[in-house]
Amino acid sequence: MNELQFRNPELARALAHQLEVLMNEIGREVSVMHVCGSHEQAIAKFGLRSLFPKKLNVIMGPGCPVCVTDVPEVDEGVLLAEQPNVEIATYGDMLKVPGTVRSLADAQAAGAKIHIVYGPSQAVEIAKNSDAEIVFFATGFETTAVATAAILLAGPPENFSILSAHKYIPPVMEIVAEMPDTKIEGFLAAGHAAAITGYGVFEEFVERHAQPVVVAGFEPLDILAGLVELVKLVRDGQRRVVNTFPRCVTREGNLAAQEQLWKVFRPVGGRWRGIAHVPNGNLRLRDEFAKWDARKRYTIDLRSLWDFAPPQLANQCICGDIMAGIRNPVDCRLFNKECLPENPVGACMVSNEGTCKIWHLYGGIPDLGVGQAPSPVEAAV
Amino acid sequence: MSGRILLKQGGGGRAMRRLIEDVFIRDFAAMPFDGVGLAAMDDGACIPFGDEYIVVTTDSHVIHPIFFPGGDIGRISICGTVNDLAMMGGTRILGLTCGVILEEGFPIEDLEKIQRSMVAACKEAGAVVITGDTKVMGRGEVDGIVINTTGIGLTKVPIRDNGLRAGDRIIITGTIGDHGLAVMSLRHSLDLEGDLVSDVAPLNSLVAAIVDGAPGAITAMKDPTRGGLASALHEMAAKSHVGVVLQERAVPVTDATRAAGEVLGIDPLHVANEGKAVLGVRAEDAERVLAIIRNHERGRDAAIIGTVTNERPGSIILDTGFGRRLLAEPDGEPLPRIC
Repeated sequence: MNELQFRNPELARALAHQLEVLMNEIGREVSVMHVCGSHEQAIAKFGLRSLFPKKLNVIMGPGCPVCVTDVPEVDEGVLLAEQPNVEIATYGDMLKVPGTVRSLADAQAAGAKIHIVYGPSQAVEIAKNSDAEIVFFATGFETTAVATAAILLAGPPENFSILSAHKYIPPVMEIVAEMPDTKIEGFLAAGHAAAITGYGVFEEFVERHAQPVVVAGFEPLDILAGLVELVKLVRDGQRRVVNTFPRCVTREGNLAAQEQLWKVFRPVGGRWRGIAHVPNGNLRLRDEFAKWDARKRYTIDLRSLWDFAPPQLANQCICGDIMAGIRNPVDCRLFNKECLPENPVGACMVSNEGTCKIWHLYGGIPDLGVGQAPSPVEAAV
Repeated sequence: MSGRILLKQGGGGRAMRRLIEDVFIRDFAAMPFDGVGLAAMDDGACIPFGDEYIVVTTDSHVIHPIFFPGGDIGRISICGTVNDLAMMGGTRILGLTCGVILEEGFPIEDLEKIQRSMVAACKEAGAVVITGDTKVMGRGEVDGIVINTTGIGLTKVPIRDNGLRAGDRIIITGTIGDHGLAVMSLRHSLDLEGDLVSDVAPLNSLVAAIVDGAPGAITAMKDPTRGGLASALHEMAAKSHVGVVLQERAVPVTDATRAAGEVLGIDPLHVANEGKAVLGVRAEDAERVLAIIRNHERGRDAAIIGTVTNERPGSIILDTGFGRRLLAEPDGEPLPRIC
């Protein structure tokens, strides 16, 4: 097999050893958070958790945009999909995210037309070749919001509109940092989002919250090197931003992309599933683009769902506390009961390798033996 | 059960198995039958017949798009059934049946193209279609074309999917994920098609070579179709009450398939193969069986990819080369991911 530069297992083990040495120097438990679904995917895919030192607790933060898409946002998508002559185009992993009564997959089973697309330009192509009204249910952080913005600036067809569930990462980091009793001592920030915003965006955050931030890429060695840097900063009590992904990220970021992003979107407050109300955490279309805003173009009556709504399980979800490292999945009364991978309530169970999903899969004690360290979620017990 | 059928209940994973168990298995499995029947949920059934077994299997084929690099619905409809027979040991094929449901307006030209590739696949497999049925439905009542084939084969010894024992080695007969990612790249207009080709092919002569060359060496076998290698291994491990340690870096994957998987966010371990078998063999036979497979034109890239263990029955422990994790059992059709 061709060895990719950033996927070398020997180098990975050397970095893991370095982490171990650093953690021994610190001599106590350390919790850090990554805020990126792609980081979690890579950690899971390559089995990196089994390389982390036992006392290093790497927590999945609110970094999976699909997982934090809130119930009413899913409801809007479902209700639109059920309107006559409206078809939804969206990313594949949006299908199973539960709404109040139905997911998009349920709507599809009941006859709604849902197109799985790989990006907004594909949704536009569908609209160009269709008589139906195509609504692109847009999700993702600033990284993907830029692609949505570019599509709108290029002037999409008349039968095309956007239902934006785009989210903006910097504000939610503030929320997590401000959670009372939070155990998080540092953040691993997403390289692709920082490629757009620049790592300078985190400097104020570091100033305000006295927490180090390390920008890291997505290959196994990127993540391990990022963690080594972050744990070093924790050990030395240093509060600053370090960019370990210089092959893609600069301090200023992609200025042209930022300009497009803010030309099309404005930040508004809104709930993130299972976490909190996040001021400026949601990206909505500016008034100049009202013509393509599905929320303005269609009547979406969320109240029509309320009559059928089961008790608001989401209110009992403690995802936020789990992400802050304060509580464990077993402390949640929904865990493994109402909340299961096939029928998740909170973001931690929606995500493939969210903390609750991991605990569900491994029975809480992730230990695959043969000299491997158990996953750090155990350290939080 | 209540509610409506979801697409994922046809995806070859856990959701589909539950549906089949809940709706079909319960009553039929309780009826008397002397052989390998529905309760086994294997690739086909085995009916004792003299000192041999008649192997029977049936499969309905729907695929979008109908024509794809490396094959079409016609080739799949023959190979899929031939391979299900072969997985049970039924490498001598007595005959196939073919039922076709067509949508009003379907181009005759396409139908003839599909028929020609069915004939070609039959010749490769040494099989012949001996009876059939044709129906036409109104526009919109069926999506283009659906083909059902049933296969009847013979074997002296049925091969099952539940015979793995601790210490057995796991062998895959070639690169994985090629079919699923070729079709998905086409479906999602990735324009990567050039290098991505479905592996759809009949496996009965390869299986016959193993059975003849190393009798009794195979402890369990499956073709990793829908749900991919991950699903097939989960089923084999669960039915055999063992765990499997899978060495990810030993699993053969072509560069094109790996690249398409990365772009779509889909793991080649989770997508369909149409010309591969995964088998458990006794450790002492592993190298010999591997040599036999590699000597066959359909098995040039075969590899030993794992070991059976008594730990964590029903689970697949994936050794990534970096660390270990549990390989999830697919719950439905894999979909392109954003995060």
